[in-house]
Amino acid sequence: MELVVNQKHYRLLVDGDRRLLWVLRDELELTGTKYGCGEGQCGACTVLVEGTPIRSCLTRVSAVAGKQITTIEGLAQNGKLHPLQQAFIDADAMQCGYCTPGMILSSVGLLKKTPHPSDPEIHRALEGNICRCGTYPRIIQAVQMAAANAGAPHA
Amino acid sequence: MPDIELERYELFEPPAYRFSHQAFDLDRRDFFKILGGGLVLLLALDTRATAQESGRGPAFRGDARPPELAAWLHIGEDGTITVFTGKTEMGQNIRTSLAQAVAEELHTPIQSIHLVMADTDLTPYDLGTFGSRTTPLMAPQMKKVGAAAREALIDLAAERWKVDRHSITLTGGLVKNNASDESIGFGELTHGQKLLKTVDAAAVTPPTEWKLEGTSAAKVNAIDIVTGAHGYTSDITRPGMLYGRVLRPPAFNAKLAIFDARDAAAMPDVAIVHDGDFVGVVAADEVALSKAIGEIHTEWDTQPQPSNKELFAYLKKHPVVQRAGEFAPGAPAIQGDIDHGLQTAAHTLDAVYNIAYIAHVPLEPRAAVAEWNDGKLTVWTGTQRPWGVQSELAAAFKIPESRVRVIVPDTGSAYGGKHTGDAAVEAARLALAVNKPVKLIWSREEEFTWAYFRPAGVIEIRSGVSSEGVITAWEFHNYNSGPSGIETPYEIANRSVRFHVTETPLRQGSYRGLAATANHFARESHMDDLAAAAAMDPLEFRLKNLKNLRLRAVLEAAAEKFGWANSKSESTRGFGLACGVEKGGYVASCAEISLVPAEYAGPEVTPPLPRVKVERVVTAFECGAIVNPEHLKNQIEGSVVMGLGGALFEAIEFANGRILNARLSKYRVPRFSDLPAIETVLVDRKDLPSAGAGETPIVGLAPAIGNAIFHATGTRIRSLPMTPRGFAQSL
Repeated sequence: MELVVNQKHYRLLVDGDRRLLWVLRDELELTGTKYGCGEGQCGACTVLVEGTPIRSCLTRVSAVAGKQITTIEGLAQNGKLHPLQQAFIDADAMQCGYCTPGMILSSVGLLKKTPHPSDPEIHRALEGNICRCGTYPRIIQAVQMAAANAGAPHA
Repeated sequence: MPDIELERYELFEPPAYRFSHQAFDLDRRDFFKILGGGLVLLLALDTRATAQESGRGPAFRGDARPPELAAWLHIGEDGTITVFTGKTEMGQNIRTSLAQAVAEELHTPIQSIHLVMADTDLTPYDLGTFGSRTTPLMAPQMKKVGAAAREALIDLAAERWKVDRHSITLTGGLVKNNASDESIGFGELTHGQKLLKTVDAAAVTPPTEWKLEGTSAAKVNAIDIVTGAHGYTSDITRPGMLYGRVLRPPAFNAKLAIFDARDAAAMPDVAIVHDGDFVGVVAADEVALSKAIGEIHTEWDTQPQPSNKELFAYLKKHPVVQRAGEFAPGAPAIQGDIDHGLQTAAHTLDAVYNIAYIAHVPLEPRAAVAEWNDGKLTVWTGTQRPWGVQSELAAAFKIPESRVRVIVPDTGSAYGGKHTGDAAVEAARLALAVNKPVKLIWSREEEFTWAYFRPAGVIEIRSGVSSEGVITAWEFHNYNSGPSGIETPYEIANRSVRFHVTETPLRQGSYRGLAATANHFARESHMDDLAAAAAMDPLEFRLKNLKNLRLRAVLEAAAEKFGWANSKSESTRGFGLACGVEKGGYVASCAEISLVPAEYAGPEVTPPLPRVKVERVVTAFECGAIVNPEHLKNQIEGSVVMGLGGALFEAIEFANGRILNARLSKYRVPRFSDLPAIETVLVDRKDLPSAGAGETPIVGLAPAIGNAIFHATGTRIRSLPMTPRGFAQSL
């Protein structure tokens, strides 16, 4: 099976029924993608497949073979943080940080579709991501900051 | 016995498993061998204040080894500053605030401070990271060791330059000779040195002269968090590592009756471990683990157990007078004459409040990686009590604590829920069986079932108030939930306050704020009812019965920011307030709620009930001198968001030893759509020592919301959570 993760190609001998989350974490050692619930309820395992946020804990690895998968490790380019990563730091939008990779990737998906979201649009897009430390106000602020700082859409 | 709150029930538990199966020496540390040359400062334990942080009693999960050092600091020959503390980081941002404390004393940028935390081989002993103790107790030690290092550097420079030490200052990470304007780095001074100093005191910078403390330094490892580079326990990988899982009994208190693992044992590359009531599996990946667990045939003897439906009656019916000498709740705090107070009252009230069990739900479930090398055990695990877990492991495997190393990576939150070493013991048992490193991550369902809960409780209050609004009697009984925050801060001549230990149907223990949340919910709800009986405004009523100036200050600050004077409740919109003091923090919360018409929730949900939406929360908080304003605000906001769940909808449902809602799809936690507008008022008291802030901001929220519901609807809800299925007028 071929997996394309963060623009790198991997050839893997794995059971296609395995969930993408565990293949990323345990086979590719990309542990930035987190386990939180295993039932698609918390968003900690969010990755992008062809730019769209999905729950990797529910996704069979065979379903995404050959597709462009982006994990939190693949977001910074040439040593430069993605604007959302920088905005999360600037807004202090984390405490324990365990939800942060999923929050950032869900936000990347949102800004791709809706470059200048309203607060209710952010609420809706991130409703499936839990931050148990309760940094929701700062995450909204971070998404708004990244949206405001972005030049042209899809920059 | 150190000063440990009684309701930290998990610390008094016997070991979970009794196995039949059965480092370098820490007593004499060679610091330079471990750390390299340079300057080492050891801070000796001095006063009783620090003994609270470092002592430990024999009765609970922990040993009795007396610690002799509180903290140490190393400045390497390259100028690298490394500080060692036994505290753990789990989102409360003490890695940042403690680095601020040291950097302040050394007059160096915060980025130059490297903190090594919570490693039983490398860092000083610590009782645990809980009870909002880090800021009041550990930060002063960090400051002392930093200040001592500063003085030692000045001594070295004075000797080098042959000048009076008073002409030397530290600034911007450099040591400066003011006579010659010459400057050198710390590394140049410590190069070639092997200087070890033990100090027990040092003059630290007072809050009024802080330059770095008191400012909003950014989270020091934020970049590792946003890039996914930070390694939580569940991210640790070791050479040759395998994965483990425990086969869980079908109910609490079940005994293994039949065990047959022949089919599972025949699977390739699978190891089955059976030891007493412990059954676990080791395999190469999660699919093999599931298959093997599924192939093991077990039968368990179970017994009937209470359900959440009879919970509160159960607590009242099952008192424990004293538990094996461990719990001694003490005499009730009685003052005056309750009967006299009730007789002289114009109005008397009697009320009962029920508090459900709730779960911590840390987003990173309990996890551990365990590895045995030559009879020495190393475990990485996300615990708030590394030395407690070290003791649990030593006891479980009957080895000396010196052969157990516990390392705590910065952890994916805990909220009081990670005080015990369950996952560590399980991973270590499996690793011992296969003689390879084993990683074990609890599933969300295990986390919801096999951890411990915030204690359920029943609270009864009998009270009286005069026609002028003076509280004349106050009798308060708390059954099981705990004594934290149980004392009333109001001036009441006749009062009796008592905590009663009871049996508990579920495993229970520490949770952010302990029972202060339950006790404040009951007390502050009741205060509004007394105000109503006396026909007084709730704010005016509280101020009339309150002398404590710090509490009055936050109450008035919150009310002003909230616009309390102009907040008139109507049928679908309500305003409420509450206040309290706990762990050296003073909090006042104001809440605005609205009643949102129910959406159609499906044919089985009839009739749909309106939902309570919290629209706005203002929290005023005072905890002495503020160390990091932005991180303090972050903690207060987080307390508000987390508190919403316990206030409105979180509750553990159980029957016959099973948790019935052990999933995030069945146990609702606050999400973005629950978010109110949150405003904070920070009251900075540079003249007072800093207290912790991770817990107390949560305690006023539930009663403020309950009071807002009451003022909107006239309905008083006396149970937490208040509206698990929506708001019913008939409650």
